[in-house]
Amino acid sequence: MILFEDVSYSYAPGRYALEHVNLSIGEAELVAILGENGAGKTTLVKHINGLLRPQIGKVTVYGIDTKTSTVAALARKVGLVFQNPDHQLFAETVEKELAFALVNFGMPLLGTSSGVDWAIKEFELNQYRERPPFLLSGGERKRLALASVLCYNPQILILDEPTTGQDSRQKSRLANLLKRLNREGKTVIVVTHDMEFVADFIPRVVMLSKGRVIAEGLAEEILTNRELLMSASLLPPQLAELSWDLTLKKPSIDLEQVISEASSLLGGSPR
Amino acid sequence: MPIIEVRALSYSYPDSTRPSIQDVNLTVDMGEFVLITGPSGCGKTTFCRCLNGLIPNSYGGTFNGNVIVDGLLTTEHQVFEIAQHVGLVFQNPENELFCTTVEREVAFGPENLALPRDEIRSRVEEALSVVGISQLLDKSPEELSGGEQQKVAIAALLAMKPRMLVLDEPTANLDPLSARSVLKILSSLNTESDVTIILVEHRLEMVAHMANRCVIFDDGKLVLSGEPSDVLYSDMVDRIGIGIPKAVQVAKRLALNSKFGKRPLSSLELADIIMLKGDKG
Repeated sequence: MILFEDVSYSYAPGRYALEHVNLSIGEAELVAILGENGAGKTTLVKHINGLLRPQIGKVTVYGIDTKTSTVAALARKVGLVFQNPDHQLFAETVEKELAFALVNFGMPLLGTSSGVDWAIKEFELNQYRERPPFLLSGGERKRLALASVLCYNPQILILDEPTTGQDSRQKSRLANLLKRLNREGKTVIVVTHDMEFVADFIPRVVMLSKGRVIAEGLAEEILTNRELLMSASLLPPQLAELSWDLTLKKPSIDLEQVISEASSLLGGSPR
Repeated sequence: MPIIEVRALSYSYPDSTRPSIQDVNLTVDMGEFVLITGPSGCGKTTFCRCLNGLIPNSYGGTFNGNVIVDGLLTTEHQVFEIAQHVGLVFQNPENELFCTTVEREVAFGPENLALPRDEIRSRVEEALSVVGISQLLDKSPEELSGGEQQKVAIAALLAMKPRMLVLDEPTANLDPLSARSVLKILSSLNTESDVTIILVEHRLEMVAHMANRCVIFDDGKLVLSGEPSDVLYSDMVDRIGIGIPKAVQVAKRLALNSKFGKRPLSSLELADIIMLKGDKG
């Protein structure tokens, strides 16, 4: 559904932000794009909604070459939620913010109000309906930015660093929402360096380093591969580190698995 | 000797009907490393603003109780006076940095104290070297990464030679490696230079073992205060919903405390106890 074929992109001569990237993301996947600062994560996802077009190679989304499509056309299928909600929010009220994309896409009035009502209910924003977005708290603005993208129901949802500034309860609430959207058939792509969030909630990982895809596959395998994490300058998830410190035969990022292994080392059963 | 004394502190922002913090009492001794955590909206940031007198001096609102910082009663002194005793670091360093070079940024505070030129120069050099960014002297803060910017903000405060730093989620916008490096700097400032640290932080797995006290806020109240190994192992923290380090979660489930009387805070401590089956120490 999303296909990168030998894609390279450079912002300045002599240095590639993406280099020979081949990648395929299928229908209804839930996948994390991981990598250190400057690894090319944001450059990669900007190719999916056509904000950037490959200088070499080809990106196709639902079979459409992004070079032959417009950002406006791709935006209906691909919703991108920015890291900083202030780069995205601009309307006078929460309600107008939510309606903006729907109106812009030429949705009839009835469809617009049902999309807005859905988002207000889903994200518990009812008390803020008439309020200017900039008067909401940081966490609330982050929820509104996500709501304003989701209310026009894009098939592919991309979130850039959705967990910054969120506490652990908000993170697990976000994870539950992403999993539900994914079960309902949406493709969800999370760009992040929050290893704990990925280890706890996201099954598949694409790892970037210096503009190249250096690994892709199951989070359980990639996030317990010490050499790989080191070569990408990433800190391991806590449970992987614990697995190594305990010298477990099969390192894991699953809490129950690690508890059961640790317990057998102690020669007893967990409480 | 206490450097902070907070007594029966309650505060409501102007036009707010409910208090943001309620009846908070806390005494911090010189040289302590206090970790403050709790869910979003629990009053942590408001509490930090009370410590350097921004509340109530700049914010107004309804303020009750006493906050005494380094001997200064915050309601009787102005923010610029208190600032010479307490350095405050915010979540977003972009909002604090405004000079054209790192050197000018760090020199700004000491210049305002009208210190001699040589003294300013040596303070700038020392502050930059303590946080490990001497090589960035001539750079513009704008072209630095988030982690580097946060280090500049910390260096700018260190140049004022404060006896205490208050940091409100300084790593919230940083990647894990930069976050760890900033937190390590705080730990060594505390252990080597005896700077009292008050740190609001969600990344407990990185910082719990550095602190000698952990304070939990929930819904505007200070609900727990004690050694990290007591606080993080209490039953109450599970209900509040903070990110308990995985090493602590595993140790709790394995009942290491009741079996061996051990409460590890880090992966290495936990592994040691399990490998030695509690024998050592």
